[in-house]
Amino acid sequence: MSQQAAPAVGTPPAPGSGQRDGRTARRPPALRLLARPEVGVFLGAVAVLVFFLVAAPSVRQGSSMATILYQSSTIGIMALPVALLMIGGEFDLSAGVAVITSALTASMLSYQLTLNVWAGVIVALVVSLGVGAFNGWMLVKTGLPSFLVTLGTFLILQGVNLAVTKLVTGNVATDDISNMDGFDQAKALFASSFDVGGVQVKITVVWWLVFAAIATWVLLRTKYGNWVFAVGGNKDSARAVGVPVAFTKITLFMLVGFGAWFVGMHQLFSFNTVQSGEGVGQELIYIAAAVIGGCLLTGGYGSAVGPVFGAFMFGMVNQGIVYAGWNPDWFKAFLGVMLLGAVLINLWVQRTATRR
Amino acid sequence: MTTNAAGRPGTHGAILEDTPPDGEGPVVELRGAGKSYGNIRALHGVDLAVHSGRVTCVLGDNGAGKSTLIKIISGLHQHSEGEFLVDGAPVRFSTPREALDKGIAAVYQDLATVPLMPVWRNFFLGSEMTKGPWPVRRLDIARMKRTADEELRNMGIVLDDLEQPIGTLSGGQRQCVAIARAVHFGARVLILDEPTAALGVKQSGVVLKYIAAARDRGLGVIFITHNPHHAYMVGDHFSVLRLGTLELSADRSEVSLEELTNHMAGGAELAALKHELAQVRGVDVDGLPEERDLTATTTTAPTAPAAPAESATSAAPVLPAPEGK
Ligand SMILES: Nc1ncnc2c1ncn2[C@@H]1O[C@H](COP(=O)(O)OP(=O)(O)OP(=O)(O)O)[C@@H](O)[C@H]1O
Ligand SMILES: [Mg+2]
Repeated sequence: MSQQAAPAVGTPPAPGSGQRDGRTARRPPALRLLARPEVGVFLGAVAVLVFFLVAAPSVRQGSSMATILYQSSTIGIMALPVALLMIGGEFDLSAGVAVITSALTASMLSYQLTLNVWAGVIVALVVSLGVGAFNGWMLVKTGLPSFLVTLGTFLILQGVNLAVTKLVTGNVATDDISNMDGFDQAKALFASSFDVGGVQVKITVVWWLVFAAIATWVLLRTKYGNWVFAVGGNKDSARAVGVPVAFTKITLFMLVGFGAWFVGMHQLFSFNTVQSGEGVGQELIYIAAAVIGGCLLTGGYGSAVGPVFGAFMFGMVNQGIVYAGWNPDWFKAFLGVMLLGAVLINLWVQRTATRR
Repeated sequence: MTTNAAGRPGTHGAILEDTPPDGEGPVVELRGAGKSYGNIRALHGVDLAVHSGRVTCVLGDNGAGKSTLIKIISGLHQHSEGEFLVDGAPVRFSTPREALDKGIAAVYQDLATVPLMPVWRNFFLGSEMTKGPWPVRRLDIARMKRTADEELRNMGIVLDDLEQPIGTLSGGQRQCVAIARAVHFGARVLILDEPTAALGVKQSGVVLKYIAAARDRGLGVIFITHNPHHAYMVGDHFSVLRLGTLELSADRSEVSLEELTNHMAGGAELAALKHELAQVRGVDVDGLPEERDLTATTTTAPTAPAAPAESATSAAPVLPAPEGK
C-alpha cells in the first residue's frame, strides 16, 4: 500500500517532504506533455498546415498566410469564450446569431438616431452582455440544460434579427454607416490592418492572440479559472466547497456575449452594413473549434490555447481548399472529417497519456 | 479563509474574531428543525446543539436523515421547519459559502471532489490563496501546493504528484483530501459525514485523532458515523436519528456504548452487531464494555422488537438469541 514506509503505530505519520510514494514511476516528459489538452490539436494543426503547404503552393506566400490567419481569427475570437463556457460545462447555441444581433444593434441605433457610432457600439455591448446574462440566468434559475435554454435564445434572436431589421430599415440589411461620426476610430479598433514586412495583417489576428493569452492566464492562474474548471467538472461539489456556481456560469455566458459583440463590431466596421439573416450555423463552428481544441464536451477539461489551434485548422482548411483550386463545396465535408479525426486523436492521446 | 502556510495538524483553522468565549451557549443550534424534499419528510422536529470544544455524534440507519441534517447546517439545503441558529441568532444559509464564512466547513458523504482537477486545486477549491494586487491578482500556486502537501502528509497520505487529477486517487485517498481540506478550513465548526466509511484502519485512526485535536483547540465537531465504536471513542454527545426524528439525544455520561448500539439497531441486527462487537473487542481504549457485559445486557435490550429468530441466531451463532422475541 501507499503508506508502507510509515510507522504502523503511533501518531499520525508526517513524512518529510522529500519522501515519495515510490509506486508511481515518473511518467516520461514527452508522455506528460501529450496529456495536455492542447497538444493533440497542435499536432493536428501542424499536419493540416504541412498538407496545404505541399498541396497548394500559393499558401506559402505571406499574403495567403495573413488571409488564413484573418479567417482563423474571426472564428478564434468566438471560439475562446465558447471554449471557456464548454470547460464550465455549458454550450451556447445562440453564439452565432448573437454576433449579428450585436452588429445590427450598433448599426441601426447609430444610423436611425444619427448618433456617433460609439454610442451604438456601447449599447451593442450592453445588449450582448445582457443576452449572455439572460442565458446564464435562465440556466441557473431553471436548471434546464443549456442546450434547451440557448436553443430558445437562438430561435428568438434569429427571428428578432430579421423582423426588427425589416421593420426599421424596410430591408434585410442595414444601411451603410461608413460616413457617420466615429466610424474611422471604431474601424481602427475593430477592423483595421497593419503592415508586417509588406504583408497586410488584420488587427483581429492581434486581438485573437491577445484574448487567447488573457484567457489562458485567467484559466490557469486565477481563482476564476479554478472555478470554471470546477463548475464544469462537478457543479455540486464545487458549490459545496463554496464556489459561486451561479456567478461563474452567468459570467461565462456573458463572456460569450462579449465575444459576440467584438466579432459583431468587426463585421460591422469591415463591411459597413450587416445582413440580418447571417450567423446561423456559426455557433456549431465555434463549438467544433473548441472541441477540436481539446475541450471536453461534457465540461471540466480543456484549455484556451487548444481552441486557437482549432480555429487555425478551420481557417487553414477553409482557405487552403481555395488556394489548392478545389471546389469549396467540399469545405464542410472536410471539416466534418477533421472534427471526427481530431476527436479520435484527442481521445487516443489522452487515454495513452493519462493511463495509470 | 485561512492562509497560514505552516503548521501542524489541528492548528490551522483561523479563529474568527467574533468567536464567542467557550461555554457561552452553542455555536450552532437546531430547534425543532425539519426538512421536506417535496412530499418526502426527511427530517422532522430535530434539536441539536453544537458547542465549542465538544464532539456531537449523529448516528442512525441508512436514510435516517443524517446527511440531510448536516446539509442544512452547512448551507447546502435549507430547513423547511423549525429554527437554525448560529451564535444564538437565527440564520438561513442560501449557499455553503455563507456557512464557510461563518467558519462552518463540512466533508460530505456524496459531494467531495472534482475528479478532473489536480489534487492541490481540489484542496483549495473555493478558498484559493492569491497574491498580487487586483487586476493581476493570481493564484499563489507554490504556497498552495506546499500547504496541501503538508496537510496530506499529516494525514499519512503521500502523493508523488499533486498535479495528478484527483479522480486517479483511490476512494479513500480522495476522502482524505476532503477531510484534510475541511480540517484546514473549518474555523469553528467541523462537520464530517461518515468520514471513515471508506478508510483503512490507519486513516480512520488519523481521522479520529483529527476530531479529538479539533475538539481540543475549541472547535465544535459534528461527527456522523455508522460505527458506534468510532462515535464512542471521541463523542461528547450522541444523537440517534430514526426515520427523520430524534430517537436519542444524550451526553456521554448518560449513555453507554451498548445502549448506543441498541439504539442504533434492533432485533436481528442487534445480535449480529454484538457478534461483531465481540470480535473487534480490544480496538477501543476505554469505556468499551467487556464481552460478558454485552452478553449480560442483551436481556435488557430495550428496543429489540419482534424479529425472525433464525436470522438472528444464524448471524451470531456464538451468542444466545436475545430475549424479548
Ligand atoms: N435530494 C433529495 N431529494 C429527495 N429525497 C431525498 C434527497 N436527499 C435525501 N432524500 C431522502 O431523505 C431521507 C434521508 O436521507 P439522508 O441522505 O439524510 O439519509 P442518511 O441518514 O444520511 O443515510 P445514509 O446513512 O445512507 O447516508 C431518505 O429517505 C432520502 O430518500
Ligand atoms: Mg448520509
